Amino acid sequence: MLNFVLLIFIYIGIYAIASLGLNLIVGYTGLLSLCQAGFLAIGAYTTAVLMTTCHMGFWESMIISGFIASLFGILIGIPTLRLKGDYLAIATLGFGEIVKNIILNWDSVTKGPMGINGIPGPSIFGTTLSSMDKPEWIAIIWIGVALTYYFIRRIVRSRVGRALEAIREDEIAASSMGINTAKYKIGAFTTGAFLAGIAGSLFAAFNQSVAPLTFDFMMSIMILCMAVLGGLGNSFATIIGTIIIVLASELPRLLGISHIIPPQLNQILFGFILVFMMIYRPQGIIGRIKLNYAKILKDEILDLEK
Amino acid sequence: MNLFNIPSNELLQHLINGLTLGAIYSLIALGYTMVYGILKFINFAHGEILMAGTYAGYYFYFFLYDPSKGAAYTIGIFIAALFIAMIASAFLGVLIEKIAYKPLRKAPRLAPLLSAIGVSIILANLAAMFFGTKSKKFEYPFDNSSMQIGGSSITPNQIMILAVGLIMMTGLKLFVDRSRLGKAMRATSQNQPVAALMGINVNLIISMTFAIGSALAAVAGVLIALEYKVYPTMGTMAGLKAFIAAVVGGIGNISGAMLGGILLGLLETFGVVILGIPQGLKDTIAFSVLILILLLRPSGILMKNIREKV
Repeated sequence: MLNFVLLIFIYIGIYAIASLGLNLIVGYTGLLSLCQAGFLAIGAYTTAVLMTTCHMGFWESMIISGFIASLFGILIGIPTLRLKGDYLAIATLGFGEIVKNIILNWDSVTKGPMGINGIPGPSIFGTTLSSMDKPEWIAIIWIGVALTYYFIRRIVRSRVGRALEAIREDEIAASSMGINTAKYKIGAFTTGAFLAGIAGSLFAAFNQSVAPLTFDFMMSIMILCMAVLGGLGNSFATIIGTIIIVLASELPRLLGISHIIPPQLNQILFGFILVFMMIYRPQGIIGRIKLNYAKILKDEILDLEK
Repeated sequence: MNLFNIPSNELLQHLINGLTLGAIYSLIALGYTMVYGILKFINFAHGEILMAGTYAGYYFYFFLYDPSKGAAYTIGIFIAALFIAMIASAFLGVLIEKIAYKPLRKAPRLAPLLSAIGVSIILANLAAMFFGTKSKKFEYPFDNSSMQIGGSSITPNQIMILAVGLIMMTGLKLFVDRSRLGKAMRATSQNQPVAALMGINVNLIISMTFAIGSALAAVAGVLIALEYKVYPTMGTMAGLKAFIAAVVGGIGNISGAMLGGILLGLLETFGVVILGIPQGLKDTIAFSVLILILLLRPSGILMKNIREKV
């Protein structure tokens, strides 16, 4: 039981890093990306290949994984210069599928549908961690979450963050204020992809195995739900959203009723979360309602007319 | 014409296969493009609406299917099943629009898109829960043994797909271009407030658009089900490909969707042969086409480039 709770903490931490990265892309910059799972897959597989085939240590592999994922972030970020909203969503969805397809078919490196097993754990202070050392893992992963949180907070409370939010609100207005929208959009994508790569790397090292079908479209949707549920454009809310979604998807197993509940129920829940949040509370459970100047003005005029 | 060393009889074969695939993509793409033309958003749940309609048609056909009653009976219930599928999809499409998209018409563009993704996940998983994840065989209503034409083979089902596709697309084109309702539809897609001022019931037109698009998707769904069975996620990949077809042709443009579908079908069929890639990477062609077209000509083949005004 305690073991299971610890496991949930580990997953919350890993997903929190990925969803914080996605929140930077979707929440702050307003670009809908549906390939966070693809970036996770790239990170996880890079770590897996580097550690098993090239016998590198975990920490170097993790950093390299992050950079490889962000390289792909640039690659997918470049089309975003010309794409808006819906088109971008589809292009990123397509990118995620391409990543999955290539991993499934590139047998010589990724071992195809079998995945890569026997990834060694990271060594820290001379001891090698296995999946059993959960408290140590929690420490490592949540230090990562804290660093990510601090890093994103520094970004969004700076000139860069204000530029990102300006792009989200109105791209044309932002560019007419002298913001280089191309640079910032690619930057947001690259950073989000880097964080997903790190999360994927941790995922691979903790599970000591990777399989291609883990990183499907539903994983991207789950990460998106975390950001939407908590509140887009709010890092703290994203972590809360992550906790709720991971708990909700693991709760049946925790209570030992997973055999009664059909496996689809979870995903139906994600679907309802997306629809209901968009209709009734688009700012998320924690987010604030934005000041609507048009509405305030209208109320003032109505008051005057009385 | 022998550019890539494909023997001429195989060339014809690939052409037939590509056109059949393309006709299916076109039928589905029309739904995306019509909705986009009017509401400026992508109905992500379109593929799942197709799946739901196909299930309705499948169950109708399955319960009445009885080979002992003769060929005419079987073809009769197949046509009835096709109409049931169309009606079920149309109804579902309109319902989804009322519940999940209508409250978000004035919201930022991200909102209806996320809502549509939510609806598509709900539908796919509900289907998996109630109908099971096992794929079900949709029996051919006729003898589907292939015929030989000039060294290549064509199945009656392929002929039916091409014929039905042609009829549906011509019908739609005539409806949109010539009828009063079609005119109202075009007016709504150009400018909603002004169309409303001219006495057009905009909500009715939007519902009608969803109904027609969904019904066409259901037709495509039943036609693919004959070849590839019925299963809960059958709409997802078909929907994505059709969306790519709509983008290739120029989204919002009805002729563009037809052309884009055919083009994508041919590109996929010939791409596999010419590039010599494994069948497993076939989907990659479509997505690469999408990313390329978005980079080179984001408004599609048939649309003029329009610069956005503030």
